[in-house]
Amino acid sequence: MSFSFDGGQRRGFAGDTLASALLASGERVFGRSIYHDRPRGIVAAGRDEPCAYVQLGEAGQSEPMQQATRVEIVEGLVAAPLAGIGSLAAEADPDRYDKVHAHCDVLVVGAGPAGIAAAWAAGRTGARTLLLEDDSALGGQLLGVAAESPGAAGRTWLDEKLAEIATFRETRVHTRTIVSGLYDGGSVYALETRIRPGEAGAPGVSARRLWQIRARQLVLAAGALERPVAFSGNDLPGVMLAGAARMYLNRFGVRCGEQAVVFTTNDSAYSAALELHRAGCTIKAIVDTRDDPRSVFVSRAREAGIDVRSGSAVAVAHGGDGIEAVTVGRLLGESSVVSELDALDCDRLLVSGGWDPQTQLLRQVGARMVAQGASSGFGIETPPPASTLAGACNGTFLLGTTLSEGPAAGERAALAAGFRAEPVVVPDVAEPLEEAPRPVFFVAPPDGDLSSCYVDLHRDATVDDVQRAVGAGLTSIEHVKRYTSAGTGAEQGRTATVNVAAVTAELIGAPLTEVGLQSARPPIIPLAFGAMAGRHRGDLYEPVRVTPIHSWHVEQGAVFEDVGQWKRPLYYPLDDEDLDAAVLRECAAVRAAVGMVDASTLGKIDVRGPDSVEFLNRVYTNAYENLAVGACRYGLMCTLDGMLFDDGVVMRLGEEHFVATTTTGGAAAVLDWMEEWLQTEWPDLDVYLTSVTEQWATIAIVGPASRDVLGRLTEIPLDNESFPFMGIRHGVVADVPARVSRISFSGELAFEVNVEGLSGLAVWDAIWQAGQPEGITPYGTETMHVLRAEKGYVIVGQETDGTVTPVDLGMDWIISKKKSQQFVGKRSLRREDTARPDRKQLVGLLPHDHKVRLPEGAQLVLDQSEPVPMRMVGHVTSSYDSVALGRTFALALLESGSDRMGETVYAPLEGRAIAAEVTGPVLFDPENERRDG
Amino acid sequence: MLLISCPWCGERDEVEFHYGGESHIAYPDDPEAITDDAWGEFLFVRNNPSGEFRERWLHTHGCRRWFNLLRDTSTHEIVRSYRMGESADQSSGAERESD
Ligand SMILES: [Zn+2]
Ligand SMILES: [Zn+2]
Repeated sequence: MSFSFDGGQRRGFAGDTLASALLASGERVFGRSIYHDRPRGIVAAGRDEPCAYVQLGEAGQSEPMQQATRVEIVEGLVAAPLAGIGSLAAEADPDRYDKVHAHCDVLVVGAGPAGIAAAWAAGRTGARTLLLEDDSALGGQLLGVAAESPGAAGRTWLDEKLAEIATFRETRVHTRTIVSGLYDGGSVYALETRIRPGEAGAPGVSARRLWQIRARQLVLAAGALERPVAFSGNDLPGVMLAGAARMYLNRFGVRCGEQAVVFTTNDSAYSAALELHRAGCTIKAIVDTRDDPRSVFVSRAREAGIDVRSGSAVAVAHGGDGIEAVTVGRLLGESSVVSELDALDCDRLLVSGGWDPQTQLLRQVGARMVAQGASSGFGIETPPPASTLAGACNGTFLLGTTLSEGPAAGERAALAAGFRAEPVVVPDVAEPLEEAPRPVFFVAPPDGDLSSCYVDLHRDATVDDVQRAVGAGLTSIEHVKRYTSAGTGAEQGRTATVNVAAVTAELIGAPLTEVGLQSARPPIIPLAFGAMAGRHRGDLYEPVRVTPIHSWHVEQGAVFEDVGQWKRPLYYPLDDEDLDAAVLRECAAVRAAVGMVDASTLGKIDVRGPDSVEFLNRVYTNAYENLAVGACRYGLMCTLDGMLFDDGVVMRLGEEHFVATTTTGGAAAVLDWMEEWLQTEWPDLDVYLTSVTEQWATIAIVGPASRDVLGRLTEIPLDNESFPFMGIRHGVVADVPARVSRISFSGELAFEVNVEGLSGLAVWDAIWQAGQPEGITPYGTETMHVLRAEKGYVIVGQETDGTVTPVDLGMDWIISKKKSQQFVGKRSLRREDTARPDRKQLVGLLPHDHKVRLPEGAQLVLDQSEPVPMRMVGHVTSSYDSVALGRTFALALLESGSDRMGETVYAPLEGRAIAAEVTGPVLFDPENERRDG
Repeated sequence: MLLISCPWCGERDEVEFHYGGESHIAYPDDPEAITDDAWGEFLFVRNNPSGEFRERWLHTHGCRRWFNLLRDTSTHEIVRSYRMGESADQSSGAERESD
């Protein structure tokens, strides 16, 4: 297969990773490091790789920060090395992402020997079992051991179990699926790669799939990762983990190095050394930290003629663009210092500092860690509820033990999930015992210079940096992490965190367990935003709500605005009118003749039940017992702290039946609010609430000619006497049953026609036709806002922000003075702060220059020459140009505003200040002479 | 992500619910009769313990009922859910099996 790397064409084999293909072609320097600009090579073979990061793909498919060790070669793959930081694509991602919700009884994370065995044992009980594996292949570490190595019986057994698993109805196995996060209650996120980067997609198949899984029981079989050792020059290309070299040799047929030195603290690296030796690589020496290693692995190495140097360590790796030699010496006692130095030439140094159980998932939910004496890494103190560990992530490294531990874990999990199993027979695996390691985390170089002893290759953090952190007084591992940034890389410091903890522990003289490990947080690998978004992009990002009349607005070329999820016409431009021109025309038409507006988005809550009046008396600030059937009333709602929460009109349709309207954006919150009080504080009230917002279309006909227009469509008497202001009448409008009310949000004579939603468009059209003689003008929310502001009517959320009381708005007249009426928020209105006379109060503002419009949100000051910082006494909440007033005007909240009538305030803006006169908020028709037509 | 047992619907994902703060805060019998300080205490002051906590939840995207949860804020373990008007101890509500 051919692929592109760093602009050049390369070749590899099917099954190769980007890393194995590059190693096979002799590549040693992969890229440069993030801060120190040092050459770096491939260090690992899996998701612990700290150096070999690539940007994949092009244009919208470009994906940053992918580990070359996890990227599979496909024909046409494009990759470029990264120096520790990538860049997001500027174009939209054309790939499809999706999400799947899954539930299982047992989730097994990791399909190595322990995971396969656990999934088999759980699956055979009938438990719904999910086995997820990050790699493209099943087998875990077994993929990297030589075919002739011990444990053949074990592998045959696992193959049989995999074949059996394939027959289980309730067990599913997914490869290329990395579990990235574990959350409370067995909630798990996993990312499945369905189309590999560079691979041609198939129609309808998502490139990635985010699994959201709820698991009753979790079996963690995520294995262990090899730990490097920090010594001088340990970042040189050619310094590699021993297990990685073994994996490249046995799985990918890539021999790393001609002349290798092996540096180890344990037996595992001997297998790597022997297998490489057999493959033709010269093993110059095995440098073993242990004083007297004598396991069968050691004897075999000696038999093969390999120089085993016990009680020793590599102190320095030398070289330019890659390792050329190492300085080796004898460890002095328990210290990290070496003596009796010797030099060995080599082109590879294979390191094994020990193996760290991969427990991040459990640590994400707060599992505590303890340093494990024998294996030298950290283990989980107590697994969280409903979780079990098996295999290497449990500190079990022998295949034989793993093959009894895995099934036991799977069975235990199935049992806990309510399933029963027959006893399991596991194979006897003959394998030699390993000897205890002698952990060494860091070796001091003879010259004492710690600045190239790397503890985190990804972040370019050194032992020197940790020393400086500790020197600065930091002893918490979380502080050391933030000071050095060690462990903060995209691979979450998989090769770094234990060494950072160990170096810190040594420097502050505390036990490793006490220092602990850095917190683990999801996601375990960088997760593409596309995967998190799934199908929630573009049109599907959020639901869009439209009224039954929407198609008419679209046909008329309305410009829409989003109000919550609703699409509402903002204005209806004629020819090439802009917003200002259209709004002046629409306003003039309404005040002079007639306009119509689609008010269907207003929230409507049906209130029924014998205690409806009492309920409304408690949630609104005014009283409802004296509201007659067939009449409506404007009401305010406060939060418990006395702040205005929503407003609307309450219509009484029957003795025990009301409809309360809410603001468009507040509908859901108001219904929730009412339900909360009914359910939690007033369960004794017999009241039922139903949202009927979408069941009704609401059309307001507004202006002096509105009575004439509506009169052509209905038999309902519309004169003031038969149908007074704030009255409600039922009848037929345009052949459709309708509820009509005389509500005005503009000060003009107006009728609100409510019909069932499906008839909305027909009735709208009939009104439109009927109004042609008067030139009826459809108008949008902006004109609606100007008309109401001219009358000083507030909009909740524009004049208010959760810190404004009805009193601040001059609406004391809507607050019941009756002692017995205890509405929500009442007590708060006389709290010391709420009752202050110098609170910000609603006023009108008239700019001295009639043409200047104050910007909404502008701060107000009393003295424009005051030096900065000026004392801000208020702010502009609404500001418009008014055709009715022949000038600009604004509404504002102003400290002690009601006492400042006639005063001048200033809005200081960049390079100028706008002066405006303070006035009352009602600027148009203060005597309400237009209301009745 | 919590797995919350609604006393009306059973176990559901946390995304279906809304949190409603501390439970069992009694509304003052006569708000007009108490001082500003006492009213302010009722309005704004809540416990924030590390450990077991009684809290209100709303099954917003389900039955739309409010209920109570006894939850450990340090381990996120849900001890019990119970209906409005019940106390945590007398609850006949759903009890999560301990693992
Ligand atoms: Zn805090
Ligand atoms: Zn429910």
